[in-house]
Amino acid sequence: MNVLSALGEALVLIGTFFYFLSALGLIRMPDVYNRMQTSTKSATLGSLGVMVGVGLWAVGDGLSWSWFTKSVVIALFLLLTNPISAHALIRAAYKSGIPLWQGSVVDKYREHLEAKEKAETEASKEGGEE
Amino acid sequence: MEEASKISRYLYTLIILFLIWLALTASLDQQELIFGFVLSAIVAAITYPIFTTRGLANLHPKRVAYAIAYAPYFLWAMIMANLDVAYRVLHPKRPIRPGIVHCKTILKTNPGKLSLANSITLTPGTITLDVDGDDYFIHWIWVPDEVLHAESEEVHVEKASENITRPFEKFLKVIFG
Repeated sequence: MNVLSALGEALVLIGTFFYFLSALGLIRMPDVYNRMQTSTKSATLGSLGVMVGVGLWAVGDGLSWSWFTKSVVIALFLLLTNPISAHALIRAAYKSGIPLWQGSVVDKYREHLEAKEKAETEASKEGGEE
Repeated sequence: MEEASKISRYLYTLIILFLIWLALTASLDQQELIFGFVLSAIVAAITYPIFTTRGLANLHPKRVAYAIAYAPYFLWAMIMANLDVAYRVLHPKRPIRPGIVHCKTILKTNPGKLSLANSITLTPGTITLDVDGDDYFIHWIWVPDEVLHAESEEVHVEKASENITRPFEKFLKVIFG
C-alpha cells in the first residue's frame, strides 16, 4: 500500500459514486432531455475517475507506467467523444418529435425552426411569382 | 479561412499521431519508435486533408499555453457540474426548471465551435441541442429568472450567452481563433 495505489483507489471510489448518481438520475428525471443531462455528465466524470484511478492503482501495485499512460489516453478519447454522442442522441430525440416535460419553461428552438420554415416558404412563394 | 500548406498540415498530423503512439505503447525502445514513426507517416499521408486545415500554426506557443491552462479550468467546471447534478438528483423535491435557450457565439472556426459545444455539454446544467451557424440551442436544466423573464429576444440571447458561452470563449478564442 503506497500513496499512488491509495490515490487510485480513492479515484475509483469517487468514479463509482458518480456512476451511481448517473443511474439514479435516469430513474428520477421526468423526460428524455433531463435524463441526458444527468447521465452524460455523471457517466463521463465517473469513467474519467475510474480510468485514471485504475491506471494509478496499477502503477502503485508495481506494474509498469504503461498502464497509466494507456488509461489516460482512453479517458481522453472518452472525454472528447461522449458529449458528441449525447448531442447526437438529444438532437435525434428532438427531431423525432419527443415532447419536452410539461414543466419546461421556454422552447426557443421551436420558435427558431418555425421562423426558418416561414422564411423558406415565403422565399419559395416569391420565387414562384417571378 | 485560408489553408496552410500541405507540408505543414502533414507534419502536424504526423506529430499528433506519433504522440498518441508514444502514449499507447509507453516504451522508448528503438524498434518501437521507428515502427511507430513509419506507421504515423503512412496514416498521416492518408488522413491529413480531413484532419486539419491550419497545420503547424496549431502549435503556436501561445495556443499551447492557453490549451494547457484551459484543461484545469475545464476539469473544475466539470466537477462543479457533477456536484450540481448530484444535488438535483438527490434532493427530494427534484429542483429542475428545464427549457431550451438561445445563445450566440463569437467563434468562427469549426473546431472551435465543436469544442465549445462539447464544453457546454459537460458543464453545469446545460446540454447542446443544435448548432446552426452562430446560434446555439441549449437545453438548460434550471433556466434562471433574468433569462426567463427577459423583455426581448436580444436581451434573452445576451443574458444566456453571458451565463453559458462567455466563460469558455475567452480561452477557445485564442486556441482556435
